[in-house]
Amino acid sequence: MSVRPEAPLAIAADELTRRFGDFTAVNAISFDVRQGEVFGFLGANGAGKTTAMRMLIGLLAPTSGRATVAGVDVVRDPDGVRQRIGYMSQRFSLYDDLTVQENIALFGAIYGLDDRTIAARAEGLLARIGLLDARRDLVRKLPLGWRQQLSFSVALLHQPQVLFLDEPTGGVDPITRRVFWELIYETAAAGTTVLVTTHYLDEAEYCDRLTIMVDGRIAVAGTPGEVKTSLGVDSLDAAFLQLTRPAAGVA
Amino acid sequence: MRLSHLIAALRGLVVKETRHVLRDRQTLVILLLMPLAQVLLYGFAIRTDVRGVQVAVVDPTPDATTRALIQRIDGSARHTVVTVEPTDDALAGAFAAGIIRQAIVLPPHVDRRLARREALAVQVLTDGSDPNAGSAMASYAEAMVRRWHADALVARHGPAVLRAPDAVQIELVTRMRFNPTMESAQLFVPGLIALVLTIVSAMMTAIAITREKELGTMELLLVSPLRPSTIVIGKMVPYAVLGMANVAIVLGAAQLVFHVPIRGSVTLLLLQSALYIVTTLALGLVISTGSRTQRAAMLAALGGLLLPTIMLSGFIFPIDSLPTPLKVVSHIIPARWFLVIVRGIMLKGAGLEVLWQETLILAGLTTLLLAVGIRRLNERLD
Amino acid sequence: MAWRAVRALVRKEFVQVFRDPATVVQVFAIPVIQLLILSNAATFDVPRAKLLVIDEDRTPASAQIIQRLDGSGRFTVVGVQPTEAGIEQAFLDREARAVLRVPHGFARDLARDRRARVALAVDAEDGAAAGILQTAAQAIIADAAREVGGSEVTALTVSMPTLDVRGSQWFNPTRNYKHFMVPGLLVSLTSIIGLLLTSQNIVREKELGTIEQLNVTPLTRTQFLLGKLLPFWILGLAIFTIGLTVGKLAFGIPTRGPVPLVFMSAAIYLVVVLGIGLFISTIARTQQQVMFVAFFLLLLFLLLSGIFTPLESAPVWAQRIAAVNPVKYFVFIMRTVLVRGGGLAEVGPTMAGLALAGVGVMALAVRQYDKRSG
Repeated sequence: MSVRPEAPLAIAADELTRRFGDFTAVNAISFDVRQGEVFGFLGANGAGKTTAMRMLIGLLAPTSGRATVAGVDVVRDPDGVRQRIGYMSQRFSLYDDLTVQENIALFGAIYGLDDRTIAARAEGLLARIGLLDARRDLVRKLPLGWRQQLSFSVALLHQPQVLFLDEPTGGVDPITRRVFWELIYETAAAGTTVLVTTHYLDEAEYCDRLTIMVDGRIAVAGTPGEVKTSLGVDSLDAAFLQLTRPAAGVA
Repeated sequence: MRLSHLIAALRGLVVKETRHVLRDRQTLVILLLMPLAQVLLYGFAIRTDVRGVQVAVVDPTPDATTRALIQRIDGSARHTVVTVEPTDDALAGAFAAGIIRQAIVLPPHVDRRLARREALAVQVLTDGSDPNAGSAMASYAEAMVRRWHADALVARHGPAVLRAPDAVQIELVTRMRFNPTMESAQLFVPGLIALVLTIVSAMMTAIAITREKELGTMELLLVSPLRPSTIVIGKMVPYAVLGMANVAIVLGAAQLVFHVPIRGSVTLLLLQSALYIVTTLALGLVISTGSRTQRAAMLAALGGLLLPTIMLSGFIFPIDSLPTPLKVVSHIIPARWFLVIVRGIMLKGAGLEVLWQETLILAGLTTLLLAVGIRRLNERLD
Repeated sequence: MAWRAVRALVRKEFVQVFRDPATVVQVFAIPVIQLLILSNAATFDVPRAKLLVIDEDRTPASAQIIQRLDGSGRFTVVGVQPTEAGIEQAFLDREARAVLRVPHGFARDLARDRRARVALAVDAEDGAAAGILQTAAQAIIADAAREVGGSEVTALTVSMPTLDVRGSQWFNPTRNYKHFMVPGLLVSLTSIIGLLLTSQNIVREKELGTIEQLNVTPLTRTQFLLGKLLPFWILGLAIFTIGLTVGKLAFGIPTRGPVPLVFMSAAIYLVVVLGIGLFISTIARTQQQVMFVAFFLLLLFLLLSGIFTPLESAPVWAQRIAAVNPVKYFVFIMRTVLVRGGGLAEVGPTMAGLALAGVGVMALAVRQYDKRSG
């Protein structure tokens, strides 16, 4: 872990809110993420995790509240943060009718990297995930797990300060999930801050700190240990159930 | 699969698809209003009569008689007089720039020649780049010049001057059957209906099916025990209903707004329209089986159907004018047959005994399209 | 501006288009095939219309008229009958396109008054054809009058001063309708493909989700839209060039004016049309929506452009709509330069107008495109 508590915050959210008509998807959440942390956003589907993330990366305008990412006020200046962040969306968003190499070349050029840099970094990234031999394959032909890993790598191509991952391990087998988390750790160890949303509670144990969102609010936040202690349970599974069950019980 | 099972499943499908369509309020509104808007718009806008022709009159020696001609031309709804310098260069330039489409060149001393009963030679130059408009414009201009000449002669010498022994006149009185006033609307509205229905229905079906293919939601249906063809037919039912709604709206507009008559049986018209809706849906189906993506479906439906339907269905250009190889091609354009049927029923009051051939052909085309579509669909999806 | 990014985007689009064989075929084959086939379609000439004659007179004079019509090549006399019986059915069954009625006393009137009348009824179900037949019949009968009357002239007394109206066609002396239509068809086809490709492009990325990945990058809106415009601009010019070549080789369309001017105009015009497509694409949310809007616009552009029907004949309000129709202006430029031999002086202002429109539309699209929703 290379968290530097005295360094400026990588992400700081203050009363961040998003309403869609009558429905409040994200309800005045406040939290911060330190540089180099692996920060987890947990919650059931529809709890507001993705909406919150999209506000932080400038894809969705907040209804109210403020947020700073990599030192940039994303609410006022969403474009200012783009070079400094990487993003892997929940839905696969690379071009499946282009090859691995072509996707990398495209995003490398978009982020302003010259050809030599792209080549060098691509080599490293692809070797790490074992796709070097497949660089000329159409992305469409890759199995799901490899596609996800490719998405991850492309997001890192320009060496962003903060990496946003939205359900990166959705639908992949347990082995690939483990590999993914190894990648995430390596990235964090190198100094990148990682914000990851997931609904896999066992993955939550891997995070430095985490929050659990319920119905748009942050129900609990802290290190995995702190969360378990504050709720008086010994697993995050139980913590999650305790936070969501009461609501279900009332209904 | 037992028949009762099949019917129940089909009904469930149809209900699901209908809910789907009804829920998308925006698209529904567009689907119902757009054809109407287009028929209204173009029913009023498309005209082929000769109007607004800019004409230059070259008059070397203006006098009362020539002024009378200019006034007459200017006063007619068909022409507008444009002033151009009477030099060859100026004329050529004006023609080239499209500022004038006709020029009438008068000889000098018209008054004097008329007084002396001398022959007059007048030149009418017409922009021939559009030969059809050009011929029509030339005829009108010529007729106008002749009338002016005759009137000027009579004004000068009295009516007897026209009754010369060698001036034989056979007057042709023409009556346009089924469309006596040659209303542009009656000429084009039936064709517009066919055109718009064709494109909208085919496009809609093609995209709807291809969309599910592209987004992957087809797979859910494919897991069910129903055959893909049954699924697709269930899909097409709400669109068929929408199509009929369109037909009713558009025919209503044709009658109420454009006063296009329905001289034949309304029931027959509606039945034929129902047949045609199935034809266009089948066309959309065939297109969808050949398209992997929505883009391909759109290119094929819009890019591939729009111009051929405009040009080969008889909408603007008469089928009889087509050179033989194209006449053959026009036979596979469903709109062509529907147009004959619609015009026949609406304008001529024709019944099935006259239209049975076209109806049979349309039914045959439909069956063929359905067969091809369903066969290909089963091949691709299974 | 980082052109590298734009170049990378352009390259991506090209790869995507050319990697899909279906798209390549559609983008190139559809316009060329349609141009080849449909250019032959465009004529209003109706040959050999079936004519039924009711000859109530049955004299040599009436026979002469019938003979004239039959031998004219425009009509084929399918029957001569003494009464009106069965005429209605003949029309319905389409046994006859037109019916000529020579009334009783035709020859007598000619001899006595030098003036007679015949009646023509034309099936106007197809109005355009009907009009042509009417004109044709009038011309044939007018000619016949001279011949019929001439044979009965005895002495010339005071003759009516003659009026010799010499009509001639400026441009297109061979009355080749293809020369008129091919430029219009070429413009139509290029516009259809171009508008469809761009309007569908951005929406597709929205639907597939790939646009998000582009939106989080530092790409500016201008860069993004240029990256979408340029590939299809190049494709459009390619299609246009191929089409023009085909038009020249297959149909011999004239090139009286400077051809480079035509290409420059095409380049400018494409920005307008593609820009409109891009604008639609930034607003629409599904490809289905786009399709309807595209269809509506295309029909509007094509039918109110002067390609198929003369704009001068349209009602004033329709002409006003046509005033903002870029297709109309480009067709004007094509016809003026190719068929009428016009040059920069004649089409310059129009080109400038199109250029302005192009810039305007692209600016609108850039303004409209929002990376951040809500």
